[in-house]
Amino acid sequence: MNSHVSVVEDAGTRFPDYAIRGLSGASFKPEHFAAISADDAYDGFLEIHAENYMGDGGAPHRNLSAIRERFPVSLHGVCMSIGGQGALDAEHLARFAALVRRYEPALVSEHLAWSTHDDAFLNDLLPLPYTAETLAHVCAHIDQVQEAIGRPLLLENPSTYLLFEESTYSETDFLEEVTERTGCGLLLDVNNVFVSATNHGTSALDYLAQFPLEKIGEIHLAGHAEQDDGEGHVLLIDSHDGPVADPVWKLYEIVIGQCGPIPTLVEWDNDIPDWPVLKSEAAAARAILDRHAETYMLGRRHA
Amino acid sequence: MPEARHEQDFRAAILDPQKPTPAGLASAFGGVPKKRFDVYRNNVTMSLVSALAEIFPAVSRIVGEERFTDLARLFVREHPPKSPLLFRYGEHFPAFIDGFAPAASMPYLADVARIEHAWLSAYHAADDASLSPEALSAIAPERLPQARFTRHPAAALVRSQYAAVTIFNANRGEQERQRINAGVPENGLVTRPEIEVQLVAIAAADAAFLHELMAGKTLAEAAGIAASADAAFDLSAAIGLVLTSGAFVAVEA
Repeated sequence: MNSHVSVVEDAGTRFPDYAIRGLSGASFKPEHFAAISADDAYDGFLEIHAENYMGDGGAPHRNLSAIRERFPVSLHGVCMSIGGQGALDAEHLARFAALVRRYEPALVSEHLAWSTHDDAFLNDLLPLPYTAETLAHVCAHIDQVQEAIGRPLLLENPSTYLLFEESTYSETDFLEEVTERTGCGLLLDVNNVFVSATNHGTSALDYLAQFPLEKIGEIHLAGHAEQDDGEGHVLLIDSHDGPVADPVWKLYEIVIGQCGPIPTLVEWDNDIPDWPVLKSEAAAARAILDRHAETYMLGRRHA
Repeated sequence: MPEARHEQDFRAAILDPQKPTPAGLASAFGGVPKKRFDVYRNNVTMSLVSALAEIFPAVSRIVGEERFTDLARLFVREHPPKSPLLFRYGEHFPAFIDGFAPAASMPYLADVARIEHAWLSAYHAADDASLSPEALSAIAPERLPQARFTRHPAAALVRSQYAAVTIFNANRGEQERQRINAGVPENGLVTRPEIEVQLVAIAAADAAFLHELMAGKTLAEAAGIAASADAAFDLSAAIGLVLTSGAFVAVEA
C-alpha cells in the first residue's frame, strides 16, 4: 500500500553524515525550497519543525529528503508539551521518533513549555511554574523522549511574559537540574534570554552567568517585537518576524566567546523574507562562529 | 487536586477574553499581569486563526479577511484543535460554517471549505501508485461485476448542490473576480496521483459511482446506484475515469 514510505524505511537509506559543529543555519521554509535548491553557495544547516513533516507523504517529505541529501538538518519539535503535567501523547512521540530515524538529524530539540491540556492543543509555548512537582514531570517526559529517540534531546529555554508566584526554582537552576537528572543537553535561545530578562526586569548577562553553558548543544537567534505591558513597562514578544536585534547579537558573541563555535540557528517564522535575507542572517552568525573558532584553535579555551 | 492547576486555569481562560486573568500569575514589576496573560491569549487564538486562514484560503478570500477572522475566532473557541498536527485542523469547520447564520447568504461556502480540507489532506496523504489498466484487465470479465476497488489515500469526493469547484478555483489565487452562477451543482474529485494535488469537476452520475466504489461497494452495486441516479450513466466511460483519475490504487475480484 504505502510503497514509497516503506521502501525508504525498509532499505534503511542512510543520508550523508554531515558534521554540524561550527556551522550556522536557518529555518527551512517550504517557500524557500526552489531558491535553496538553486543555491550552490549555501554551506550552513537547515532546521525543520518536526510537526510540519508528520504527514504521510507528498511534497513535504520529497522536499525534505532533497534538503537532507545536501545539508545537515536539525529537527526541532514544537508541540510535544514536555512541560505539561499530563502524559505525553504516545502517538505524537512515535511520529517524532520515526522522523528522527528517517532523516537522521544532526540535532534534536524540544521546548521547556506546554501546549496540550486534556485533549486541547493550544498551539503556543505556554509557561510553567518551576517547582519540584513540575521538575519531576519534565524529567519523566524527557526520559521518555530520549528512550524513544535513542539519543539525547536538547531542551530550549523559553521566552516568558509573566511569572508564577508558586515557582521555587530559578529557570537556570531548573534547567540545570533537568540536565543532571536526565542527561539531556540544552538549546540556548539567546533571543529568549533577552526577551525574558527584559520582560522581568532582570539582567540577561546574569542569566547567562547562571546558565549551565557546558550543556549547550545548539543556539537559537531570532527577532522580537516590542509592546508595553499596560503598566508602563516594555514587553518584548518572541515574534520571529524580523532580523536579530543588536543586543541579542552582542549576547551571542559573548556566549560564543565563552563556549566556542556551537551550531547556531537563525529562526524566522513570520513575515518570512526572501531566502537571501535569511541566508545573510545565518552568514552573520557564521562570521562570529568563525572568528571564535580561530581563537579556539589557538587554545584559548584552556587558558 | 492542586496538580496542573495552572494548566486548568490557562485552558479555561486562554480562549475566552471575558474570563478573568488566572490567579497566581505575577509581573516582576507588580500590578495586574492582565496584558501579559493577553499575550498568550493572542498567540493562541491568532495562531489558530492564521492556521485556518492557511487551510481555507478560498473561504477567507470569499468572505474577506476581517469576517474570516471573526468566524475563525468563534470556531477556535468552540473547537480548539485536539491534535498538534495543524494540517489536520478544521475538519469540523465546514459544518460550523453550515450552522453559522451570518453565512446563510453564501450556502456554497461550506462545500468550498470541504474541498479545501480535502485538498490539504491530499497534499499530505501517503504516496501510492494509481491503479494500472493492467490490474483491471487481469480480472476475468465474468468476475468484473464483483470487483472492489481500494481508494487512493489522497482521493476524496465533495458532492455539492452548488458550483463549489468553480468557486474554489476562482478563489485560490489572485484571479480577477468573475461572475459565477453558484446554483449549478458540481462534484469535485480531489486526487494526488503524483506530487501535485488535482481537483476536477465530474458528472453527478460518475460522482455517485465513485462514491459507492470508495465506500467499498462492488462494481455492479455502484453501477446500479449510479444508473438509478441518472439514466444517462455511461459505465464504460465511468470505468475509464476510475483508471485515469488516480482515485484508486488496487482492485480485486
